[in-house]
Amino acid sequence: MLRVEEQQPVEFSSALISQFDEIVNRYPAGRQKSALLPILHLVQAEFGWTSVPAMDKVAEYLQIQPIEVYEVASFYTMYFLEPKGKYVLEVCRTGPCCLVGAEKIMDHIEQKLGVKEGQVTEDGLFSWRGVECLAACGFGPVLQIGPEYTFYENLTEQSVDQLIDDLKNKI
Amino acid sequence: MARKLLLEHINVPGINTLEVYRQKGGYRAVEKALKTLTPDEVVEEVKKSGLRGRGGAGFPTGMKWSFLAKPEGVPRYLVCNADESEPGTFKDRYLMTYIPHALIEGMIVASYALGANTSYIYVRGEMMPQIRILEKAIAEAKAAGLLGQKILGTDYSLELYVQPGGGAYICGEETALLESLEGKRGNPRIKPPFPAIAGLYGCPTVVNNVESIAAVVPIINDGGDEYAKIGIGRSTGTKLISASGNLVKPGVYEIELGLPVEEFIYSDEYCGGIANGKRLKATVAGGSSVPILPANLTLKYANGEPRSMSYESLSEGGFATGTMLGSGGFIAFDEDQCIVRNTWNFSRFYHHESCGQCSPCREGTGWLEKILHKIEYGHGTMDDIDLLWDVQRKIEGNTICPLGDAAAWPVASAIRHFREEFEWHIKEPVKSQQQNYGIANYAVPIEKAVEVKQDNL
Repeated sequence: MLRVEEQQPVEFSSALISQFDEIVNRYPAGRQKSALLPILHLVQAEFGWTSVPAMDKVAEYLQIQPIEVYEVASFYTMYFLEPKGKYVLEVCRTGPCCLVGAEKIMDHIEQKLGVKEGQVTEDGLFSWRGVECLAACGFGPVLQIGPEYTFYENLTEQSVDQLIDDLKNKI
Repeated sequence: MARKLLLEHINVPGINTLEVYRQKGGYRAVEKALKTLTPDEVVEEVKKSGLRGRGGAGFPTGMKWSFLAKPEGVPRYLVCNADESEPGTFKDRYLMTYIPHALIEGMIVASYALGANTSYIYVRGEMMPQIRILEKAIAEAKAAGLLGQKILGTDYSLELYVQPGGGAYICGEETALLESLEGKRGNPRIKPPFPAIAGLYGCPTVVNNVESIAAVVPIINDGGDEYAKIGIGRSTGTKLISASGNLVKPGVYEIELGLPVEEFIYSDEYCGGIANGKRLKATVAGGSSVPILPANLTLKYANGEPRSMSYESLSEGGFATGTMLGSGGFIAFDEDQCIVRNTWNFSRFYHHESCGQCSPCREGTGWLEKILHKIEYGHGTMDDIDLLWDVQRKIEGNTICPLGDAAAWPVASAIRHFREEFEWHIKEPVKSQQQNYGIANYAVPIEKAVEVKQDNL
């Protein structure tokens, strides 16, 4: 965990703020807190994770207490409370995917990337973790990559290798 | 071929666009409801259809709608539950991906019936691609005058928004979903008050599953009575079944309720049998929460009569020898699968997803996971099986929401039907690390009891 004092302050661009404004308009007056989850997704897409300074800014924007943002960000699994790799490979590890080989895929990813679950590769490009059911059980094993949450289905060791190589070459 | 109401046009190129969807008869239900029916008449059609909630509970949708409080001057809300997270269930993702307008059309008709002028579709956060698909479809519908002010020139107005979740199974529970939609942690609320009285922002609210809302479209088009003719008994209409696990053709199938289980698993029209020429060992018929059954009890009742895919038939025999239709997440296990490992996997899931509000669930799911891990990895004792039974009994029924029951049932049923396999793991700690218990007698066909003729006695 990065100590709070070590976390860089952030600024929200006017483009980002106008996206926030559009979301807040979806709810009745005074219910702007409803925008919290969608806004945190936008913040994470922009900065790669939801740092404490970023969450404080969100609280300020929504006119709620910072703790109301922290408790939400820490409850839901999609928000990263520490920096991750540029690409986070999230592999479904729940029952139906395991029936068709998800555990082998996770072992293979660990070997291929050379880092344990949750850690970041040296070049800062990749992290991976097992996540719970992604509701694609018939097409398992599956993994997703944020912030677009693109889906990769019917994974094999070869297709995972290909995916990782493609992502490396993308930069 | 069975009748298809939801997926009839799923393979038509461009069916995800408004243009093609309308060419195939889409948005007729909106025209019909808004121009020729009163809201109460729409509710009446849904009641007549016998439609039951497709998210898992199976509560009659029309009845749920009729409970909605209608105080003067207070807004009412319809919230669609698209937080599909039950392991084994992926029908809503499929529907939203390929035929998003079916959901939007259903939302317009249902919102009209309930008198809601703002409605939300709460989609689990991981489904960002589906969120983008729905937002595009909503923009199309709005541009065509099917959403927004004075829809199709009538006096009815509706705004429809998509809300992403943050990754939490518990938000599929309706009151947790409402908390989440209000920007809070997904802790289920104590009921009563039910959402029909005090739901979103304290206002009367109906929460319905994606498939339930999409089913309103054919109900309005053809009439509730026509819909009720499909299916069997109190299981009316069609149901989307998500088939996964060791099947030749896993995927989403629309079935008429009442289809024999054997036909669903083995016929080429559906799953096409067990993959790689293996034999069926067990199934979880309705999503990970429902009791697991050995192959023989999946196909037949304890008395030898064939079992079929309907709410009543799947639960025939209670939890002793039956299961539940649940959300229709059908998971098949072949002879090489280990029941202990799978039960541990599911328990880990429930432990991970417990919101932590109620002690029996927060602590109990952790105990279940740890004890099952111990047995799976060859360190279990015979007492551990009894301990598992004791812990699951203490969770069931003692929590605010049904997650506790959902965590307890898979463990209870695994021990009930597969106790020998647990015992084998304990007696053979080394062997159980190298091989699986196998299919044992789980697939031995149950013989239909022969009636004894009195004369011959």
